[in-house]
Amino acid sequence: MIKVEALIRPQKLDDVKAALAELGIRGMTVSEVRGAGKQKGFTQHYRGAEYTVNLIQKARVEVVVTDEDAAKVAQAIAQAARTGEIGDGKIFMVPVTEAIRIRTGEEGEVAIT
Amino acid sequence: MSPKQVAQSARSDHRRRFARTSLWFAAFLVSSCGSAFAQAVSGANLDTGDTAWLLTSSSLVLLMTPGLAMFYAGMVRSKNVLNTMMHSFTAIALISVLWAVCGYSLAFAPGSAVLGGLQWLGLAGVGPEPNPTYSATVPHAVFMVYQMMFAIITPALISGAIADRMKFSSYVIFIGAWSLIVYVPLAHMVWGDGGLLRNLGALDFAGGTVVHISSGVSALVLALLLGRRNKSFMEDMRPHNLPMTITGTGLLWFGWFGFNAGSAIGSNGLAGSAFVATHLAAAAAALTWMAIEWVKYRRPTALGLATGAVAGLVAVTPAAGFVTPLAALVIGAMVSFVSFAALRMKERFRYDDALDVFGVHGVGGAWGALATGLFASVSVNEAGANGLLMGGGAGLLVRQLAGVGVAVALAVAGTLLIALPLKAVLGLRVPSADEEAGLDLTQHGEAGYAGPSTGSANGAGAPDILASPDQPAKE
Repeated sequence: MIKVEALIRPQKLDDVKAALAELGIRGMTVSEVRGAGKQKGFTQHYRGAEYTVNLIQKARVEVVVTDEDAAKVAQAIAQAARTGEIGDGKIFMVPVTEAIRIRTGEEGEVAIT
Repeated sequence: MSPKQVAQSARSDHRRRFARTSLWFAAFLVSSCGSAFAQAVSGANLDTGDTAWLLTSSSLVLLMTPGLAMFYAGMVRSKNVLNTMMHSFTAIALISVLWAVCGYSLAFAPGSAVLGGLQWLGLAGVGPEPNPTYSATVPHAVFMVYQMMFAIITPALISGAIADRMKFSSYVIFIGAWSLIVYVPLAHMVWGDGGLLRNLGALDFAGGTVVHISSGVSALVLALLLGRRNKSFMEDMRPHNLPMTITGTGLLWFGWFGFNAGSAIGSNGLAGSAFVATHLAAAAAALTWMAIEWVKYRRPTALGLATGAVAGLVAVTPAAGFVTPLAALVIGAMVSFVSFAALRMKERFRYDDALDVFGVHGVGGAWGALATGLFASVSVNEAGANGLLMGGGAGLLVRQLAGVGVAVALAVAGTLLIALPLKAVLGLRVPSADEEAGLDLTQHGEAGYAGPSTGSANGAGAPDILASPDQPAKE
């Protein structure tokens, strides 16, 4: 199993969810995160006091899929989240050693479908 | 009750009050008989329009303090939002009581050049009859309650400078003592019968000196005594809720019409003129502040516009009843340059006037007092004088400068007199661990919001799971 962890623009979340649904994937974890990459931050002024914000808001989408689905899922996410501008985000693939469905105790790939 | 019963009850009420006065101040018996006679005569002059407007204005000025609470609270980090609002609301509660017990008498009863007398302690004799010295057509009690609202907001203004770090108990003691030691004598000197600055001929229509210079300067002194806020490098010091600040600005602007136009103590042409001047100065100042930021930072900020509006209202306060609409526009436009520059001083001199009380109220108020000496015109108000630019020579400007000097001296001396012993005995600051955890939690045992707080110990904000009932965040 592989966890596909995508850090995307928050406004692309709906597109990504739609793309995953097309592949039949409904289970996911989404969180609001902040991070820095190549995208420049921005400067704010409050009564002249300057604040530089370089940690920018992103959405993190985590999906755990079977090894054979992983590449296909990552590609679908990338396609849905892409604008071509700096700041589109990253996708990380992380091996998952075990999955357990808490309700039934099922283990392995059965637990992630 | 029948009209007859009402009359009887009013008479016995009056007798009771009279008896109480006599018991407490037997020595003043003769003079109180005299003033009772004067009141009975002038009672015929009571004007319902004037009274209605002053009652309305009193409500408007009271609303400024909740407005101030919002104005300030939006600018702090969310871990201190309740503490900041408590500063203003505590002033409403505490100063109202003090004002009735002794503040009003010491400020307005006949007395010396610097302090009023004791005749009106406990509001004895302050009733439905007008007092011709202050309000010939309005009940004395209404004049008193109108002045109470000014006494409330003034110490609350100071709280912006000490936000995020002052011990709450010390704050309560400070504003109570400050109201009696600084505000009351200054109000007497400027507005009281026989007051020093009133006799000198310094003009302060609605309290630029009494309210804004005194609070602004005291705020600076207190901020210096308290020291700078602790902030870690990572901590997000940005205002946590600017929409709250903007809403508060709206309430202040709205309430300020009671503050300035109400100061005509009548529903008349002067009130209308003060209303227009007040509004135009605020608008011009907001516009100017926006323009300054647009040029300097390339973006006009909402906080900047709000700050400009308040600075404009501050500056026009002493001038409102003495200047033309065009002069009000100039006063408003200029204050934004003056206060904007004043705000930059805190970086250079490294004092932490957290929410810029000195820059906006102290410096803006001083500009307003001096501008009154430039732009006042007897064509607007016969009771005023002509300023330097209105052909009146430098005389008024010099008197205005004297008024500012007295206010600054009294504010500095009074604040030191209260705060130094307080610092030695009780301490002014919360421990730095409490400052880090937030004053809502450590001073009040509450949280302003159910969710994470900005500026709390975990930087970005502790997840609210830590504050869930089965896992108390802190014992």
